[in-house]
Amino acid sequence: MLGFLRKLWGTIRRPSVHYSLGGLTMGGFIMGIVFWGGFNTALELTNTETFCTGCHEMRDNVYAELKTTIHYSNRSGVRATCPDCHVPHEWTPKIARKMQASKEVWGKIFGTINTREKFVEKRLELAQHEWARLKANDSLECRNCHSAESMDITRQSPRAADFHERLLFTGEKTCIDCHKGIAHELPNMKEAMLDGSVVFSSAQVVGSDDLRSYLNQHAQH
Amino acid sequence: MTRTIWITAAAIIFAGAAFAQESVATLRSGTPLADNAEPPAIAKVVNSDLRQVRNYPEQPPLIPHKIDGYQIDLNANQCLQCHSRTAIEVSQAPMVSITHFMSRDNQFLASVTPRRYFCNQCHVVQVEAKALVENGFVDIDSVLEYVEKNKGGSD
Repeated sequence: MLGFLRKLWGTIRRPSVHYSLGGLTMGGFIMGIVFWGGFNTALELTNTETFCTGCHEMRDNVYAELKTTIHYSNRSGVRATCPDCHVPHEWTPKIARKMQASKEVWGKIFGTINTREKFVEKRLELAQHEWARLKANDSLECRNCHSAESMDITRQSPRAADFHERLLFTGEKTCIDCHKGIAHELPNMKEAMLDGSVVFSSAQVVGSDDLRSYLNQHAQH
Repeated sequence: MTRTIWITAAAIIFAGAAFAQESVATLRSGTPLADNAEPPAIAKVVNSDLRQVRNYPEQPPLIPHKIDGYQIDLNANQCLQCHSRTAIEVSQAPMVSITHFMSRDNQFLASVTPRRYFCNQCHVVQVEAKALVENGFVDIDSVLEYVEKNKGGSD
């Protein structure tokens, strides 16, 4: 093994005997274009909605939920696709996110959420990851389209205008603090509150166990 | 014989159709049964954020804003995101009534009781549309005023 490495090192160090310097330089240049282009093409290919919804986990759960929301269907026809909100647009953070996504490949291979039940069971954890990410980058993916500077609050409802003036413009809150569940269904907010990932929102105040038993009771009658 | 029956039947059907078109115009407003009427445009939901007067004391207050896509299920209740007891300080929205904390045995619970959890069972939005049927409803205050004015009348 060591002998092989020594021989390889020797070959790399020795000047080329058969190929011209120009040929090698041009070859290196062309191969560089091919590899870099190929890398970026693959990167962009995995950054499309078609790719995301290629798996039933995404297509039947989160994508199906997105379809009923304003980020999919609205009056102006401008819409957000998966990577618009879930992948950073800048190159370096994008690569970092793509590396993290290798865990999602693991999940796909081992079927972490390959049934509806498993997905529902894991919904809170998955949501918390996204909330934490958006909280940490000050809702960057929201702000890629919705800028506070261009937001004309006179065209909003009085309620929305008041909230944005009081909480958003002052920097007291960031988009995701209030707009959780804007594009997908919310997970169990009671549990989310109990482990502290939701502070502002008290979206769920009834213990879901109470509610479930109440509903079961009435279903029997 | 068969021919006579056919002619009579046809006459009855046509007469019936003509009658339906001319005199029994309801919400179809004269559109023949076989045709589809031009549907009215979908009315806009009132989004003024101005609270409306209750028509009678026990009327569940109307929702003066849009509630498109609000999730109310076992996992979350997006109305309570603003209207819950603890959220109103930030939201400045009206708090969910304390009657909603009361169980069917008249016990006050620490949180909203399950039987009052599904807000839009009682609370609804309003649309900017012309009423389909005229409504002669008179507010109780008007009734009281009327009674006051006509005191010492017939009884």
